[in-house]
Formats: sequence, structure tokens, C-alpha cells
Amino acid sequence: MPFHTHTLPNGLQLIGETSPSARSAALGFFVRTGSRDETPDVAGVSHFLEHMMFKGTPRRTALDVNLDFDRIGASYNAYTSEENTVYYAAVLPEYLPRAVDILADILRPSLRTEDFDTEKQVILEEIGMYEDQPGWAAGDHARRIYYAGHPLGNSVLGSKESVTALARDQMHAYFARRYSPTNIVVSAAGNFEWDGFVQLIAAACSKWEPGEAGRTNRTEWGGVGGLHVLTREKVQQEHVMFMAGGPPADSPLRYAADTLALAVGDDSGSRLYWALVDPGLAESADCSYHENDGSGCAYASYSCEPDQVAGNLEIVRKVLADVQRGSITEDELRQAKSKIASRVVRGSERPMGRMQAIASAWTYTGEYRDVDTELANFDAVTLADVRAYLDRYPIDKTTVIAFGPVAKLEGVEGKVV
Amino acid sequence: MVLLAERMEHVRSAAINFLVPAGAAFDPPGKLGVATVLADLITRGAGDRDSRQLSLALDNLGVDRDESVGAVNMRFWGSTLSRNAPAALDIFADVIRRPHLPEDELEPVQALALQDIQSLEDAPQQKVMVELRRRYYPSPLSKDRRGRAEDIEGLSADDVRRQYRRLFRPNGAILSVAGNIDWDRLKAQVERLFGDWPTGEAVEVVPAPHTPASAHVHKDTEQTQVSLAFPSAPIGHPDYYAARAGVGVLSGGMSSRLFTEVREKRGLCYSVYAFHETFKDRGTLIAYAGTRAKRAQETLDVTVGELRRLKDGVTDDEIDRVKAGLKSSLIMQEESTSARAGAIATDWYYLGRVRSFDEIQAAIDALTPAGILGYLDRYPVRDLTLVTLGPEPLTMPE
Repeated sequence: MPFHTHTLPNGLQLIGETSPSARSAALGFFVRTGSRDETPDVAGVSHFLEHMMFKGTPRRTALDVNLDFDRIGASYNAYTSEENTVYYAAVLPEYLPRAVDILADILRPSLRTEDFDTEKQVILEEIGMYEDQPGWAAGDHARRIYYAGHPLGNSVLGSKESVTALARDQMHAYFARRYSPTNIVVSAAGNFEWDGFVQLIAAACSKWEPGEAGRTNRTEWGGVGGLHVLTREKVQQEHVMFMAGGPPADSPLRYAADTLALAVGDDSGSRLYWALVDPGLAESADCSYHENDGSGCAYASYSCEPDQVAGNLEIVRKVLADVQRGSITEDELRQAKSKIASRVVRGSERPMGRMQAIASAWTYTGEYRDVDTELANFDAVTLADVRAYLDRYPIDKTTVIAFGPVAKLEGVEGKVV
Repeated sequence: MVLLAERMEHVRSAAINFLVPAGAAFDPPGKLGVATVLADLITRGAGDRDSRQLSLALDNLGVDRDESVGAVNMRFWGSTLSRNAPAALDIFADVIRRPHLPEDELEPVQALALQDIQSLEDAPQQKVMVELRRRYYPSPLSKDRRGRAEDIEGLSADDVRRQYRRLFRPNGAILSVAGNIDWDRLKAQVERLFGDWPTGEAVEVVPAPHTPASAHVHKDTEQTQVSLAFPSAPIGHPDYYAARAGVGVLSGGMSSRLFTEVREKRGLCYSVYAFHETFKDRGTLIAYAGTRAKRAQETLDVTVGELRRLKDGVTDDEIDRVKAGLKSSLIMQEESTSARAGAIATDWYYLGRVRSFDEIQAAIDALTPAGILGYLDRYPVRDLTLVTLGPEPLTMPE
């Protein structure tokens, strides 16, 4: 697939992969900012700001933004993670100019106080909604504990208190600092014409003033260790998470980390599946590798009935220790690779998938990888690579967090949350 | 058994979708949940392979798969590179026709099914929908796939095998494949795999007389879950597209009425939406909102107000937006093998044919505000079934 790149004088980077046979075009603005870039007094501002970006500009009211997107039948939304905030739309090719016009416009929002006050209520509702979902609450607590003072432990949503206390001007200051064009990548994929696209973006975004938007703490982190028990009585199932260090997003070891995680904890045919789910000991079990800027993480988890928690804890520890000592077999490596190949190919068939994949690779590594390159990178993973990854980032050197009805585990008293 | 296929030349993958009329509606009394147990047990060994060998064979082919239990159909889905699809289909045929249904695997499967019931208590948004459907639909459409704990505990391997023998047969089964496939080879393979599958007695879903009932389910949660249901036009009905357009006006994009009035203007909730769901004999419009308890009554009032206000008229701009959204998703569906495999099977199940792109496009183009009002004359917004879950009950607005 032809790949293109261009940088505007103000530092805004454009990347694109054109595919004339696609039925649609996907467009995204990737802003390199998230909860890890927040100070405690503005906890949750990245995510709240993501909502506010849809609330209008000097040219559009909040309703106009939604109306204009819907008039072109766009599939559009945005999301915020610990380190990225992404605004995207997929449209039929003829509507790409209008999608550019809307997205580029909302990236310079008015942040009106009245809208800010109304949307604050929506954010508080979202926090309430997630509080009622133990699986989510467990993950948020786990990251906070594992990362201790490291900013990757910051909650994306923030807390009721921090969001309630947030003022419009604090948000504006954060926006002015973080949404510099030097901190944004515009990505497009699918059926569109590159030169025309560059002209559209240049016309819409050239006036954006560049600023300094760095990221302070990018040190690697391996967790605090230990077992941490958090007790919430009204929850039915216990959620247990094992977190260990992993290669950062720009490390070549990331391919080995991804492949190993699949062999250990994919939802079918993995070590944890056979150890916990197949025998009915846990409702679900999972292992995944999270690439992060500067500090990756391997993450294993299960959820089960309270009376199975202790037994399962032993089983998972043994699985992780076995993998650390004896790695995986050639067969397991091959199966994991064949699953990954299938997923990479299928994930690339929609422009939306490609738009995200090339933006993610570009943002983290400054590289373009087409589908075949990515497939070749995974195919090249050997058991020696897996060993090198395990030696550098032991998967059994974990911090364990249990969340749910259990009041005491292995002598550790639960902290009521 | 019907084989449907759609060739998509621009992709490298293929999706397989198998529907067998063996859903939760066919769970016998006292054995609620047997379909779910069967859907898990059926993959634990089939043909010449035991449970592990079967899983391994599919993993080696890079097949992502899922077995799910709907109200009427059990669905087997798999997706992989198109060059691996024929080998995957061989294994699917083993699972469907030659499962071992091993007795020694029953206990773990029961344990998982029981945990599935337990974890619904930790998922209030899903739970309110289960509670709504249980009260709104007549039996057997009201049955939830999770079944009942005491029934699942009492199941024997013979119960599960009996259910399999009663319901797994070619009549009523639909196999659809979409992706980069060769039709002649696929057809020959499917003839070989399923040509000698003996037909059985047809099974029917016969809804019992029923009056929907509203209810409040108490739960100590942050948010109150609000769900509403009322009759709409089923797929195949002349009003079907108008019904879909009506839902689009209410909940199509972020400029739709529910999102605008409930969330954008009043900030009452994070999540509010409406959708259309269909059985062969009936369509239903379902609306949902989740909101903190002290604002729940206002959320319900505004939501119901918007549903009722629909009959007062729809603007040209609104219908144009609905059309743009429907057209866009129709075209983008052609980029996904899973979406296409699902769509052609669903069409065949409900309509006995697959709608062409042009037919759907023409129906979308023909939508008008007057068409929606005509539909609302025939399916007025009244007799709403309201089910809430949370700390306090709510009152249906006058």
C-alpha cells in the first residue's frame, strides 16, 4: 500500500496509507496526551477535555458538531487512554473533505463555561457507571497500586472529587499546553487522494500555534510487588490481576511480548485457559501485553467465585513461574503466531483498522509498517527472542491485586474500597 | 440446510457463520440453561479429536471463534485467513455433526454456566435488559440464555445429549460464508460434509399468550438502570424500514433526539440509546438510560417524552441524517467479512432470501417523514413496559 507523510511548518505531522479499493476513508487526530500527563490537581482533565472538544467552536455550537457529523453519515467518536487522546471518523470517500473540516475545527474548541458545567454532570455519570462495573473498577485500582507514584497509574476518568473541583480555566490551560500541533499526528487510511488531503489539512490547521508539549516521566517501571487485597462486599465475583514489567512500545522485544502473552492467556487454547477456564475454576482468564511510552506492562488476570480465589492464585503463580523458567514450546509459539497473523490481516481490512495501526506505530516508533511488514515482524519471533524478553522482564515478578468480596487472602487483610 | 456465500475479492480472510435453531427458547421446563451448557460442551471434543486436539487444530489455523446462544438460534462463528477456511469448515462440521459431549467435562461446563449467572449481578446494564426481556416477551422468547442455577446444577450428560439430538438437524440450519472464497469448491465441500445429514422433525417457536409487566428490581448501585420496551414492526413487514428510521431519529447519531435532549442539553446520563430488535413475528423498540439515582426520574420523564413526541413530526433534515447514516453503514458493512456473513444468514433466517444492496438502498432512499408518521399510527408509542434496576423505583410519567 502506498504510504505518505508530510509535516506542516507548525510541526503537525500527517501520515496516510491509500487503498483505492476500500469503500470508505478513515481519519484520526492522535494527540499525545492522557492521564499520565496530568498533575493531581487536574486528575481526569484529559478525558473531560475529550468530551468538551465536541461542545463547539467559534463556528459551531455543540449541536452543530453532532449535526454536521451525522449529515455525512460518519462513524465518529473519541477515546482517552493513559497516554493518547484520539478523535476519529470513518466516512464514505466523497465526505472526507467535510470530515476534515469538522474534526480540524473541533480540535480548536471554545470550551464555553455553560457547556463545561453541563458536561461535568455527564462525566460524573460516567464515573458512576464504571463504579457499578467491578471489572473496570478493579483495573483502575490495580494500575494505581502497581504504578505507585509513576504517572501511568493515573486514572483516566479521575475521581468524583477531582472532576467536581475542576475549573474551566484549568482545562483551558491544559489544552493550550498539550494540544500543540507538535504533539499531534493526523492519520488517514482507505480510499482517498493524498495530495488533496494534505491541502485540506494544511488549509484547516496551518494557523495552529506550536508550543512545547513534552512528557516528563518516561522511566521504566516494574511495579511495587506484593499482594494487595481490596474488599468490596456487594460484588459477587473476585477479580485478580497480576502485573509485571514489559518492554516499552519502541522496543523490538514488543513482538515477543505480544506473542508470549497470547500463548499464556488468549481466550482459547492458552496456558491459563487450560489451567483455569477449561476446568471451570474461573469464568475468564487473560494475559496481555500493554505497550506504553517508555514502560510496557504484562498483565494476567482472572475472575471467579470467591471460594476459588486462593486456589486459582496458586495455579496462576505456577503457570507464570513455569513460563519464566521453561518458556513456551515451539508448538505454542507457532499457534500464537498463526492467531496473530489471522488477527493482523482481519484487523487491516477496514480503513479504520489501518488508520489506527499506522498512527500507533508512527506515534511510538516513528516508523511506517505495512501489513506485510507487521506480519513478517511477528513471524520472525523465535524462542530465543521470547527468552530474551523473559530474562529482561520476568513475567513472574508480579504485583498482585485482588478486588471483590474476599476479606482476607493469604494472611493479607482486605482494605475496604 | 442452506448454504449462502458472498465472495469478497478485496480481502484475504473469510468468516463462517452457522445458525442452528437450538437457542434458549427450546430449553425444556426444568432444564433452563441447557442450550448454554450444550454450546460449551459441544466444542469439547468432536470427530477424531478430543477437546485439546480440537482447540489446537483451530488455533493452528488461526481461527478466532465463538459459540453463542440466542433466543432462537445457536450461532457458531469463526474467522480466519481465507486459505485456512476450508480446513476450519471441516472442523466445524465435526463439531456440529459428531460432538463427543463427554460426561467428564460436564461438571466444569456447569461451573462456568453458574458463574455466568453470578457475574450478571456485577453487570447492571446487562441485568436490566435480561429483566426487561423476561417481563416483556411471551414465553419462550422471554427465556434468557443463562438459564436457572438450580436447573443447571441438575443437568445430566443425557439431558444435554437429548437436547443435541432433538435440535441439531439440517432443516432450519443456515451456513453462511463471506470472504475471499471459491464458490464451486465451497459448495462441493459442504455437499460432502453435510449432504448425508439426516433431516429431523421441524421445531417451532410458539409464543404463549402474555401480558407484559413493568417492575422495579432493587439493587444497591450508584446508577439506576432504566429500560423500556414497546411493540414495533418486525423485519419483512411493510413498516420495517420506517420503524428503523424512527429509531434512527431517536438514537441514530449524536445529533439524534435522545442523545441531544437527555445527555447533551441536560447532562442527565452518559449512556442513553434506543434500538430495534426483531423476531419473525414481532418487532420491538427498546430504550435504555443509566443515571445516578437522584436524576433517574427526570431521565425517565425526558426519555418517555421524546418517545411520545415522535408522532408530532419529523423534519426533512432529520430524515436526511438517518438516511446518510444507514447508507454509510450499508456500504461500510461490505468491508467486513464477519458483518457480511452475519447479514446474509440473518436475512435468510427472517426472510427466506438475501436482500440485495440495491434493494436496501432503494428502501433507504424511499424513507420520508410521512412514512415514519404512518408507521407510528400503526405502532403508536403506548403500553410501555418499564423495568428499572437500582436503589429506588420510578414512576411512569402521565
